[in-house]
Amino acid sequence: MALSRHDVEHVSLLARLRLSEDELETMTAQLADIVKYIEQLDQLDTTDVEPMAHAVEFSNVLVDDVPQDSLPREAALMNAPKRDDECYRVPAVLGD
Amino acid sequence: MTTTPEYTIVIGLETHVQLLTETKLFCRCSNRFGQPPNTQTCPVCIGMPGSLPVMNRKAFQLALKTATALNCHIPEFTKWDRKNYYYPDLPKGYQISQFDLPMSQQGWLEISDPRGEFATKKVRIIRAHLEEDAGKSMHDEAAGRSDSRIDLNRTGTPLLEIVTEPDLRSPEETRRYLDELKLLLAYLKVSDCNMQEGSLRVDANINLHLPAADGGTIATPIVEVKNMNSFRAVERALAYEAQRQFKVWQETGHKLGDVPKQTRGWDEQEQLTRPQRSKEESSDYRYLPDPDLVPIEVTAEQVQTVRDSLGELPAAIRDRLQSTYGISPYDSDVIVNQGRDVVNYYVALAECCSDGKLASNWVQQSVLRTLNEQGVSIDQFGVSAQSLGELLQAVQSGDVDNTRARDVFVEMLDSGVTAEAAMAGLGIEKVDAAAETELARELLADHPNVVSDVQGGKQQAIGKLIGEAKKRNPNINPGQFRQLCIDLIAEM
Amino acid sequence: MALTELTATELLAELRQGSATAVDVTSAYLDRIQRFDARLGAFLRVNRDDALAQAESVDRRRSAGQSIGPLGGLPVAIKDVLCTKDEPTTCGSRMLQDFRPPYDATVVARLKQADAVLIGKTNLDEFAMGSTTENSALGTTRNPWDTDCVPGGSSGGAACCVAADLAPLSIGTDTGGSIRQPAAFCGVLGLKPTYGRVSRYGLVAFASSLDQIGPLARNAADAALLLEVIAGHDERDSTSANVPISNYATTVREPLAGLRLGVVQDHLVEGVDQDVATAVRAAIDVYRSLGATLVDVSLPHARYGIATYYIIAPCEASSNLARYDGVHYGYRTDEQAMQAELQAERKAQATDDDAVLDQLDSPLVRMYRQTRAEGFGLEAKRRIMLGTFALSQGYYDAYYLKALKVRRLIRSDYDQAFANVDLIIGPVTPTPAYKIGDKVNDPLAMYLGDLFTVSANLAGIAALSVPCGFTANGLPAGLHLQAPPLHEDKLLRAAHMFQQATDWHKQRPELDESE
Repeated sequence: MALSRHDVEHVSLLARLRLSEDELETMTAQLADIVKYIEQLDQLDTTDVEPMAHAVEFSNVLVDDVPQDSLPREAALMNAPKRDDECYRVPAVLGD
Repeated sequence: MTTTPEYTIVIGLETHVQLLTETKLFCRCSNRFGQPPNTQTCPVCIGMPGSLPVMNRKAFQLALKTATALNCHIPEFTKWDRKNYYYPDLPKGYQISQFDLPMSQQGWLEISDPRGEFATKKVRIIRAHLEEDAGKSMHDEAAGRSDSRIDLNRTGTPLLEIVTEPDLRSPEETRRYLDELKLLLAYLKVSDCNMQEGSLRVDANINLHLPAADGGTIATPIVEVKNMNSFRAVERALAYEAQRQFKVWQETGHKLGDVPKQTRGWDEQEQLTRPQRSKEESSDYRYLPDPDLVPIEVTAEQVQTVRDSLGELPAAIRDRLQSTYGISPYDSDVIVNQGRDVVNYYVALAECCSDGKLASNWVQQSVLRTLNEQGVSIDQFGVSAQSLGELLQAVQSGDVDNTRARDVFVEMLDSGVTAEAAMAGLGIEKVDAAAETELARELLADHPNVVSDVQGGKQQAIGKLIGEAKKRNPNINPGQFRQLCIDLIAEM
Repeated sequence: MALTELTATELLAELRQGSATAVDVTSAYLDRIQRFDARLGAFLRVNRDDALAQAESVDRRRSAGQSIGPLGGLPVAIKDVLCTKDEPTTCGSRMLQDFRPPYDATVVARLKQADAVLIGKTNLDEFAMGSTTENSALGTTRNPWDTDCVPGGSSGGAACCVAADLAPLSIGTDTGGSIRQPAAFCGVLGLKPTYGRVSRYGLVAFASSLDQIGPLARNAADAALLLEVIAGHDERDSTSANVPISNYATTVREPLAGLRLGVVQDHLVEGVDQDVATAVRAAIDVYRSLGATLVDVSLPHARYGIATYYIIAPCEASSNLARYDGVHYGYRTDEQAMQAELQAERKAQATDDDAVLDQLDSPLVRMYRQTRAEGFGLEAKRRIMLGTFALSQGYYDAYYLKALKVRRLIRSDYDQAFANVDLIIGPVTPTPAYKIGDKVNDPLAMYLGDLFTVSANLAGIAALSVPCGFTANGLPAGLHLQAPPLHEDKLLRAAHMFQQATDWHKQRPELDESE
C-alpha cells in the first residue's frame, strides 16, 4: 500500500509530532520506501503460526501486595518542566 | 418511570471498580485515598524512563474472585495490552489494560426488585478485566492563563472494568444493578465502591428502540453518558437522556449509524446532559501486547478453588432467608443489604425465637435503627442475638407485650443486662390470670356502654378499657386483655 | 607496560596484589580520556571527581582488609541509556538532556555493589536508535581506527572507549545489533546476552522485547567478569529470567572440545565486503585448526529479519517514547512562544466559527507536538512515525501481527539449527565501518547493515562479536557467534579459544592527541 502525504499527516497527529513542510515531504518518501520494503513479509505464508510477542516463554510473574516507600514529593517533581509546590502543571486540559 | 409504549430504553453499563489492595497494580506504592498530591508515586507509576511494571498478585486474585462471583468464564490464558493515548494524567502515554484476551468473559448478575416493579432478570456481563487507573487533573486559573494541575497519586491503582450487554431497560433497573453489584463487591471484600472517593465509576451507553411501521425495531444513535457521581445521578441522568433522545428522534429521525456516537456529560447542578468534545482520532488506541509483562495462566483447579472460597453471596442469602424464615423479598433485601454480620445476627435471632417475621421486624426496627443512631456496626452492638432472642421468646409467651418489649430492649441496651433482668427491673411480670379476669369484669361492670357498643358490633370500644386496665396494671398485655373482654362480653 | 595496556583481568590482579591502586588505574584512564576524547567523542560525561572518589574508597577499604567486590577498582564506562541516580541520563537526546533519574538501573546498582569505578557515560544514537551514533543530539563519536569513520551504533561510545583504551570495560545495549556491530567496527568484543539474562530495570526502553544490556571489552575473560556481575534475575523486571547464572569468569578459560559450528553459506557471499568475508573465513579456519567441526546450517527466514525487526522495533518504540511529552520530566517547548504562535494562527483563520477553530491544535496538543518536534531527532521521529503507522487502525494485522508471526519462524529456524550445532558462526556486518555522513540520508541502506545481527534479537538468543581481522584499509572486522538461549558461557569460551590462537584483539589504533 502506498503511503500518502495525508496518511503521514494523520499519523503525525496520532504520534503528537509536528512536522515541517520539508520534513513531511522527506518523511513521506522515506516511510513509503521503508513500508514497501517491509511488505516483503507478505511473501510468507504464516497461517497457523502463533505470533511471538515475547522472547521469553514464561508466565505468571506476580509479587506480594506489600507497600514500599514512595518517592518524596520533591524527588518525584524534581524533573518536572513546569510545576508548583504540589503538582505538575500543563496548559489546560479540555473538559477539566 | 418505566418504558412507555412509545419507546424502549436500552442501557449498557461500564463500571470501573478500584480494588482493595495495599499497593498499586504495577508498583508497590501505597494505594490510600486522600493523600497530599504526588506523595504516593515512584519511578514506575510516574512512568519514568527505564521503569518497568510488575503485577500485584492480590489485585489479580481479587479480580478473579469478582469475575467468578459474576459467573464469568475464566480463560486459561490472559495477557496485558497497552492502550496508547496522550493525556497529562497518563504519564506513560499508554494505559496497561487488557484488549482481546481479558481475564474473564460472559458472566451475569441477577437483579430483582423487592417491590416487584420489574421482573427478575440476569444482566449479562460481556467482560471484566484488570487495568491501571490514571492520575487526576485539576483545573487552575492563575495569572490569567488557565493551567491544569496534575496529581499522579492515583496512577497505577488497580481497576476492574466490568462491561454489561445493553440488557437494562430502565433507570430503575440500572440503579438496581449498581446496588446489587456494590453489595456483591462488599460481600466479597473486593472494593468499598465509594463513588465519592472514586472507587466506583460508572459510564452508561443508552439509546432507544422504537417500533417500525413494518413491525420491526428502529434503534436511535447510542449516546455515552459520563460524569455521574452517585447512583442517584445515574438514575436521573438516564431518565433525562431517554426523554431527550426521544425528542431528538421526533425532531430528526436519526437512526443508529446516521451520526457518530456522541459522548455527553451529566451536569449535576443543572440536572441535564451536555455534549463533550472527543476528537475522533482519540479512539485509535493502537493496542499492542505489553512487552514488559508476561501473560497469566489460570488452571481450572485454581478457578474452582476460588469459586469454592466465595462464601454465600447476597442473592443466595436472600433466597435462603425467604425460604427458611418466611420473610418477604423486601425484608430479606433490607437485611442482606446490611452485610454478612447483620445476616448472621438475624439468623441467630430467628433460630432463637423460631419466628422469622418477628425477628425481621425487630432487626429492622430496633437493631438497625440503633446501629444508625449510635453510628456503630453490628459487632459493636450492645445486645447479642441470643439476648434479644430471649426477649422475643418472652413476647411470644406473652410475658411481655410487644410495645413494652421495646422498653425492655432499651433497658437491655443501656444497662447491658439480660431480658429477664431488664423486665424485672422495669417491674414487668406476667399478669395473674385470675386477677386479670377480675379486673376485666370490674371494668366491664363500670362501663356498660362499652359492653353494649361491643355487642352492637363496635369492638374498638374496648380500647378505652385497655387504657384503664394498663393504668391499674402496666403489665397488662393489651392484645390479651382485649380478647379477654371480648370473650367475657360474649358470655354476657 | 602502561596500566591502560593491561586487560581488565590483568588489572584486577595488579589491584589485588597491591602493585597498583584503584586511584592509579582510574587516573591513568582519566588521563587518556583527557588526551584523546576531545577528538574521539566517546564520552558524553566524564565523572572525574566522582570516579576518583570511588577509587579512593576502594583503596581505603582494601588496605583496611575489608572485602572488595569482584570488579573492585576497575573503571567501567556506561552507555548513557542506563539510569544513574541523580546524574544526567540523556539517552543522547535533547529530550532528556537535563534529566536526572532519582534511581539507579539494576545493572548500575550491581556494578556499584561490585565496586566498579563508574568513570562516565558514553555517547549513543538517540534512544539507542541507529547504527552509527550519528543520531546523537549531543555529540559526535569517531572510530578510533579511522576518525573519519563511524564507530558503529548505537553503542558507539561504549565500543570506541574500549578500543581506544579510555576504559577497560564498558556497558552497552543491543536491540538489533547495537553492541555487536560497534564492537565489530571498533575491533573489540561485545556480547548480547540472552533476552532476560540481564535486568532491564533502569534501561531506558527502545524496543522492550528486543533490548538487552551487555558487556564490551577487549577479550572474553574481561567480558565474562562483567557479565557475571550484571546478569541474574531481578524482581523489578517481569521479563527477567528466573534461572541461575553460570560462573562465566571461571569457565571462560575452558576450551570447548568437539565444538560444532554452524555456517550459513549464503551469509558469506551475499553482499558481504570481500575483506570482511576473507577475515571471517580465516577465522573459521582457525576454529577448524582448534578441532571444531563445521556444519552447514540454514536459517531460511533470516532474510526477512530486517523487515520483521523494522516493524516490531518501531512499533514498540512508538509506544515507549510516547511518555516524552513535556509533562512530567524532560524537555518542554517554550510555552509562551507556543501560545503566541497559536494565537497568531487563530487570528489568521479570520473567522469565529468554532468548527474551523476546533481543527487547530489545542494548547495542550500543540505543546505535545512542538515539544516532541524539538526534543527528538530525525531518526527517532522516523521510527515513531513508522511504528505509529503500523499499529494504527486497520494496519495492525498486516504489519505488527504479521511480523510477530515471522518472528516465530525465525526463532524456529534457530531451534532447528541448534539441534545440530553448538554455535552459529558468520560475519557480524556486511561491511566494515563507513565514513561519517555516508548513510545518514539513506535510512533504508543503513538499516540493511543490521542484516546479520537482528535475528538474534528477534529470537531472543545470545550472540557476540569478536575481532577477527582487518580490511585492507585497516578497519576491523568482527566475527559473529550465536548461541542457543542461556548459553553465554559457550560463547565466551569459544571466543576465548579463538583469542588464545589469534591476537587481533591485542591490536590498538594509533591515536592523535586532541588539542
